Amino acid sequence: MTKSELIEAVATQMGDNMSKRDVEIVVDTIFERMRDALARHDRIEIRGFGSFIAKPRRAREGRNPRTGEKVQVPKKWVPFFTCGKELKDRVNEPLQAKQG
Amino acid sequence: MATSAAPTASAANDTRSEGDASTVTKADLIEAVYTKVGFSKKESSEIVERILETMKATLARGEKLKVSGFGKFEVRHKNTRRGRNPQTNKELQIPAHRVVAFKPSQVLKAAIAGESLAGVSDDDLD
Repeated sequence: MTKSELIEAVATQMGDNMSKRDVEIVVDTIFERMRDALARHDRIEIRGFGSFIAKPRRAREGRNPRTGEKVQVPKKWVPFFTCGKELKDRVNEPLQAKQG
Repeated sequence: MATSAAPTASAANDTRSEGDASTVTKADLIEAVYTKVGFSKKESSEIVERILETMKATLARGEKLKVSGFGKFEVRHKNTRRGRNPQTNKELQIPAHRVVAFKPSQVLKAAIAGESLAGVSDDDLD
């Protein structure tokens, strides 16, 4: 599912209450808000879905794979996602049904 | 903020104004929608919940979810394997299960690394 398909699906659920354009603005607002938070290295915790955290990667010595030359790779912040309990359970539901 | 020495119950529970990194919650997303889009609080809450529910249902079906400019969520299958409880050192069987993997988009990575967004393509998912 892509972002536009997500917008489409939600707009269908909302029926006459909300236009597709409105849903699009809301979806964009949500992901922009989350991106801004991570850009400030704030944590995001969406109960039932999961949490996002920005972690620092320490500076290290790397090598240019083409020339073999040593290069200094600077400290860098990278995002990580942890799946929430509800999502984890729902994703595993088909397996549980098979085993149980 | 209360100026009295004894913090009120609500102030004690509000950790958002403390510490270096604050935590953004669902309530903050609803607030952003309410402020920016101009729906009522109730409508904002309903639409945010709907979006999150649709995302969860998609992944629960085992389907990928790609959000351009943010990242890609994917369900991965993990086979049964032998593991060890690091506390008791006992060997145990880790049953087959599914995990949700997230791959940040170039745009999100650049935003977190504090790099300029110039030249970063928005359609960077596969």
